Amino acid sequence: MNCIDTPMTEKIMNDFGIKTLAINEPLIFEQGSAGRTAFSLPEETIDLGKIDGSLPDDLIRDSIDCLPEISEVELIRHFTRMSQWNYGVDTGFYPLGSCTMKYNPKLNEEAASLPGFARSHPYQPESLSQGSMRLLWELEQYLCEIAGMDRCTLQPAAGAHGELCAMMMMRAKLAEKKSPRHKVLIPDTAHGTNPASVAMCGFKAVPLKSNREGIIDIDSVKSLMDEDVVAIMATNPNTLGLFEKNIVAVSDIVHKKGGYVYCDGANMNALMGKVKVGELGVDLVHLNLHKTFSTPHGGGGPGAGPLLVKQSLAPYLPVPVVEKNNERFVFNYDLPQSIGKLKSFYGNFLICVRAYTYILSMGAEGLRKASETAVVNANYIRSKLKKYYHLPYDDSCMHECVFTDKKQKQHGVSTLDIAKRLIDHGFHPPTVYFPLVVDGALMIEPTETESKESIDRFINAMINIAKEAKENPEELKRSPQKSKITRVDEVTAARNPILKWCTSK
Amino acid sequence: MLEEIGVDNIGDLFKTVPGKYLLDKELNLPSPLSELELMKHMKELNEKNASAADFNFFLGGGVYNHFIPSVMKYIVSRPEFYTSYTPYQPEVSQGTLQAMFEFQTLMCGLLGMDASNASLYDGASAAAESVLMALRINKQDRIAVSSTIHPDYRRVIRTYCDNGNTEIVDIPFDERGMTDLEKLKEALQKGLSCAVLQSPNFFGIVEDLREYEKLIHESNALLIVAFSEPIAFGLLRPPGDFEADICCGEGQSLGILPGFGGPHLGILTAKEAYVRNIPGRIVGRTRDEDGRDAYVLTLTAREQHIRREKARSNVCTNQGLCALMATVYLEGLGKSGIKKLAHINHKRAEYAKGKLREIGWIDLRFSSPTFNEFVLKLKHKPEEVLEKLLDRKIVAGLSLGRFYDDLKDSLLVSFTEMNTKEDIDNFTACLNELY
Repeated sequence: MNCIDTPMTEKIMNDFGIKTLAINEPLIFEQGSAGRTAFSLPEETIDLGKIDGSLPDDLIRDSIDCLPEISEVELIRHFTRMSQWNYGVDTGFYPLGSCTMKYNPKLNEEAASLPGFARSHPYQPESLSQGSMRLLWELEQYLCEIAGMDRCTLQPAAGAHGELCAMMMMRAKLAEKKSPRHKVLIPDTAHGTNPASVAMCGFKAVPLKSNREGIIDIDSVKSLMDEDVVAIMATNPNTLGLFEKNIVAVSDIVHKKGGYVYCDGANMNALMGKVKVGELGVDLVHLNLHKTFSTPHGGGGPGAGPLLVKQSLAPYLPVPVVEKNNERFVFNYDLPQSIGKLKSFYGNFLICVRAYTYILSMGAEGLRKASETAVVNANYIRSKLKKYYHLPYDDSCMHECVFTDKKQKQHGVSTLDIAKRLIDHGFHPPTVYFPLVVDGALMIEPTETESKESIDRFINAMINIAKEAKENPEELKRSPQKSKITRVDEVTAARNPILKWCTSK
Repeated sequence: MLEEIGVDNIGDLFKTVPGKYLLDKELNLPSPLSELELMKHMKELNEKNASAADFNFFLGGGVYNHFIPSVMKYIVSRPEFYTSYTPYQPEVSQGTLQAMFEFQTLMCGLLGMDASNASLYDGASAAAESVLMALRINKQDRIAVSSTIHPDYRRVIRTYCDNGNTEIVDIPFDERGMTDLEKLKEALQKGLSCAVLQSPNFFGIVEDLREYEKLIHESNALLIVAFSEPIAFGLLRPPGDFEADICCGEGQSLGILPGFGGPHLGILTAKEAYVRNIPGRIVGRTRDEDGRDAYVLTLTAREQHIRREKARSNVCTNQGLCALMATVYLEGLGKSGIKKLAHINHKRAEYAKGKLREIGWIDLRFSSPTFNEFVLKLKHKPEEVLEKLLDRKIVAGLSLGRFYDDLKDSLLVSFTEMNTKEDIDNFTACLNELY
């Protein structure tokens, strides 16, 4: 029998990204032919005869010009080809910092497609929904246990929606007390959604400078904290990948002046089973089920951003809350102090199903090990790459590490060039130019689901790029070359926006 | 790996966490289950639910039981689509980006509008974001919301606007089941930022937007038209035909599972003049360095990751995959399919309307034209009727008493292509036998 005796590993290491089959595919509107449809619909045989109150003729439409006329195979090929231009977690390593692009287990998808979940109606009688309601109730308990909080709402559809929910709950409580508090302290390392959520609630975002270690400065909090402050909004671990080690002292200062401590839990993947944020003085925290709890990102959602609070804020939770009375689950809409509804129905339920199966398949030990592995992986990358890339905060990190382009800039190579070159090496780029406090940031989050081999391949690519920056910077600036398209003209896109297809006439 | 990092054990990596806050025992969670055990558990939970898979649903009210063709599942479960992130890096996201560009085109076409974003969370939050958008555009602080829009949309608008500065005027419905024109006139006299209407409205009624539009625009307010059943626009003239400034709503009917209420699809479209005020992601067409057509997230100066507290909205993650589903669905249906489907829905509802009104204890609550659902006035308690029909494996509709104090005798019933003539005959026969 013949077998391959030369190791492929090294070759693959150095040329992991290759040009692949990518077939051009025009917009669907430029395809098809009159009379085609991809779906077969029943012929309607009901003869209505004459009925009163039917639709007035002048409200009936002629036709929808933009809709295509294509066959089923044309439809399938259209989207199959387009899918092949996309990079997903199932394609490869996706070290997008603060986005926690971990593997999305397939059993979650199976569970969410069971008809009792997928085809059930939110308004069907509660007696027919006991399975789903139990799932919601149990998931709330699990998330409260993981975060060390008392109560949970699964209604927010995304992290930013969870933040908004938190701000609204605090606003409701303040309005009740007729309190004029209106400022929210936000560290300069925060995600953009934080100040935006604050502004949507009519509060004022007050930036809080981080100290030389990259974390919240206790003295700044002391000097800014006054009777006008609603809350401090802190991401922990923060977006530099650092644990906010002063958080308990900060919480004390904020609480003493009557403020709340809000934790943006986007980075909870570092802390499961290690730390309960509720024990650090946090009053409200949102979790991202589409980050920490393995639900897929869907090319930009749907996600879920449940909000967890301490008991004192429970009366303000959005309605309905799911409650357990004896062995029966009920939706309680009767919360007089509630902020109301944040979203239709009960949140992105099928996303909750996926997070629920994730937690049940991992168990306590599994979740702890996931967080530990995520932290080890990030530190491994930090240690391996710090010779080649400038590390602005040289301390052990949590689940992500942040480098900059300082060393490469002397050769005229920027963070953007490094990110684009990674595509040629077969990797998705890290988060770039964020957090804003770091000039030319490259924020790398490997997650726990990557093998050492895959992380080593990435490290190898990064080292190669650092070399290339010195030796052949021009080549690097032309990257990516192995993707379907090269770099795009974003300026023209914004200046003369073309946001839809139009017929040439 | 620990050696490379230069630590002895994993604990050293958590040294920045003050020791007393490090957990010294495992979380109190159920023991882990293998895939086999877990699926068994999930099937048990699934068994405790009923769904349109084993009951006959005449229940709509903003979420509709439509047929989802097989191709849908095969396309949207391609991992290249569902395991990717928001398309920040256009070179490796052209699939998502081109699909979103097609989505925006489809939404504009279906609704008769100029510009669309790439989705929001759901119909309710899209309605709330539309109101915030109107408040930004004309800097007024009063809005009018018709009581005929979906009750959840109304409640979410209220939650979003509860900032002490925005006054919300509720416009009641009249005996036609439409927005009360006189009450709207009164509200407009005091000045409004916008009026939010819905057609087909929550009662399934097709409101004649022409009469409202004129009044609203004469007082320089913006017209926001919401919807919860987009299949209607396969048959009906869209909100854009009636000069809607912003048109928003729910896209669940477009190939998305009911899923016990989510994830669904928030749609927001507007006139061209307001493009730079639209919240959320927008995809634009441009060229790459080699001159090829390419797609990219654009007008990002509106967004939170660029503008932070000055952003149009805090939206980051939206409902990308649901927007993809709607795109595949509408493209699959195509020009003739959507028309045919809308006709089937409407005809089935009209057939049921004829049959149901023959029952002695049932009457129509309103006589206005409807699309695929309508309100019945019952001589018996709707909750009781609903409960009794469950034994016959029928979910008879939605009791409106929970939303409207003056409609405690009313039941909203809904009909789609899933309810055959035989189902409807059986439904009416069962109702007939009840009393």
